Amino acid sequence: MNEKKDKLTKERRVSRRSMLKGMAAGAAAIAIPNTSDASIWDAFFQKHFREMNSSEVSAVIERLEREYSEKYKLPIEVKATKAIPGVKFGYGLDLSRCIGCRRCVYACVGENNQSRNPQIHWITVLTFKEGEKWVDLEEANKYYNPSKVPEPGHFYMPVQCQQCENPPCVKVCPTKATWKEDDGIVVIDYNWCIGCRYCMAACPYGARHFNWAEPGIPKEEINKSTHYLGNRPRYKGVVEKCTFCIQRTRHQPGRYTACVEICPVGARKFGNLLDPDSEIRYCIENKRVFRLKDDLNTNPKFFYFFAT
Amino acid sequence: MRIVLILIVMFFFTLLQPIVVVATHEGSHSNKSGESKVERDLPKYFVPPPPFSEGIFPCSDCHADMEVNPTRRKLEMFHTNIELKNHAEDQRWCLDCHNPDNRDVLRLASGKLISFEESYYLCGQCHGTIFRDWKAGVHGKRTGEWNGKKVYRLCVHCHNPHQPRFKPLVPKPPPVKPIDIR
Ligand code: HEC
Ligand code: HEC
Ligand code: HEC
Ligand code: HEC
Repeated sequence: MNEKKDKLTKERRVSRRSMLKGMAAGAAAIAIPNTSDASIWDAFFQKHFREMNSSEVSAVIERLEREYSEKYKLPIEVKATKAIPGVKFGYGLDLSRCIGCRRCVYACVGENNQSRNPQIHWITVLTFKEGEKWVDLEEANKYYNPSKVPEPGHFYMPVQCQQCENPPCVKVCPTKATWKEDDGIVVIDYNWCIGCRYCMAACPYGARHFNWAEPGIPKEEINKSTHYLGNRPRYKGVVEKCTFCIQRTRHQPGRYTACVEICPVGARKFGNLLDPDSEIRYCIENKRVFRLKDDLNTNPKFFYFFAT
Repeated sequence: MRIVLILIVMFFFTLLQPIVVVATHEGSHSNKSGESKVERDLPKYFVPPPPFSEGIFPCSDCHADMEVNPTRRKLEMFHTNIELKNHAEDQRWCLDCHNPDNRDVLRLASGKLISFEESYYLCGQCHGTIFRDWKAGVHGKRTGEWNGKKVYRLCVHCHNPHQPRFKPLVPKPPPVKPIDIR
């Protein structure tokens, strides 16, 4: 008797599931005609990244690598390297050295596969006239284009994701597609992002950017070394931003970010806030540091300072 | 014949340069200075080779059998492009930094000789606070691994020692204005 009931429920469950399956497949077929590919199916039912076990993660990675290689005809590697225990990343930017040359902007675009057309820049360099009211991000000029920089009487302030400890963007996300990792990096799962752009409205630094169209990158410029939570190719309709070059930095030993390495004046500093011997700790302990819009209680891990 | 010989020697030196840098890092540098125990308590810093103009080093190729001329003057026979500017030039002359007897090394105020791979000690004599920041990786820049091997830049990679003011650069293009997107 009991056995029979068990069998019945099982049967029912199975049939319910297969019906769901059929419905979803039907929906997928309507939305994306001509593709009866299993990977769409898998993508549709992909779990939340943080709830996947390691074999589920590898399956997703494998699927993505396959999809990317089909789409871009390139062997694109997608890593899912985890945060290093005992590391909290921090960043320093020396405003007394920055000359506004924008080398960082384009190094970041190249390293992180940002769309060239339509253009997406994760770093924006603002300029202010000396003596003028400043730290007014909305009013600042980012389109300056003199023949040489620095221009006399000006200073420059690059702005990118401030990697807040208390990130407002994370709080507003309705699908939990963005969160703060253990090493302090705020990341986005492009497969969970639905493109509602609440996070962009919530970010006080204008650090998040939206893919209004399918990202356009010349094939030969694609960086093939990517991270799931970082620079892997994005889709139309998702939000993206700086991840402290998660694909480079999360290693033992890990490389500096692309913007640190390109900076010709050495204004950019990066390291572990928990390591008393790191460059970033030296800056915080020996220089006058400040954080952007500190009063909003976002608690950024991005420190501006004046070395002189 | 002699010129050919010099050329051959120079060619081999260019081949050797990377090796010289590594050796310096390991603290076993054997420059002709004979006196290489400068500030041994400080760590050695990994740096790319000094940014010499092509063919200028070793200086002793020419200077070994040249008379030292310590008088302050406008150089007319050679090094005519070198002019001291914005670097307290009224109080300074070449041989405050360059060693008169063996031109392949630099000389500190104390009389100690250092190689060109360690020219930061020379600058550090007068720019102490900057040198301190540089050692911590905060003035100037490091590349490589944030938690591993780092490559420093010499002061002279960014500052011409003779005219040290940082040279302005051509900026990369500004972002597209929203009004220009279509
Ligand atoms: C403040 C110290 C200082 C003074 C003063 C100075 N130099 Fe130098 N000079 C240096 C350093 C340091 C280098 C090494 C640069 C490098 O590593 O490429 C150098 C490099 C050179 C070089 C090689 C340049 C090249 O093209 O690669 C020449 C030649 C030279 N100096 C000549 C002179 C002459 C001539 C004077 C005087 C007019 C002079 N220097 C004054 C510090 C000084
Ligand atoms: C191709 C030959 C040549 C080479 C190589 C060369 N020099 Fe000279 N150097 C000269 C000549 C010639 C003069 C004299 C210039 C004058 O009096 O107008 C001179 C003058 C100088 C002086 C001015 C003081 C003095 O003794 O007359 C300094 C300092 C100097 N050289 C440094 C260097 C350094 C440092 C290097 C190597 C990085 C170097 N030179 C390499 C040919 C050379
Ligand atoms: C003997 C002392 C002395 C040494 C050695 C020395 N400097 Fe200087 N430096 C000065 C003085 C003094 C000034 C200020 C000059 C002025 O403002 O006229 C200065 C200024 C500078 C400046 C600022 C220039 C500007 O226009 O803003 C830089 C950069 C600099 N030095 C770099 C170096 C480097 C690199 C070295 C090593 C190759 C070096 N210095 C070695 C004394 C020294
Ligand atoms: C990565 C490039 C880089 C390196 C390496 C570097 N500097 Fe600088 N330095 C700069 C820049 C950029 C400025 C700011 C120049 C400006 O404001 O125009 C500067 C400014 C200075 C000044 C002017 C004073 C000040 O605080 O603005 C001095 C002096 C100086 N540097 C000395 C040194 C010495 C000594 C070293 C080596 C121990 C060194 N620098 C290494 C890029 C560098």
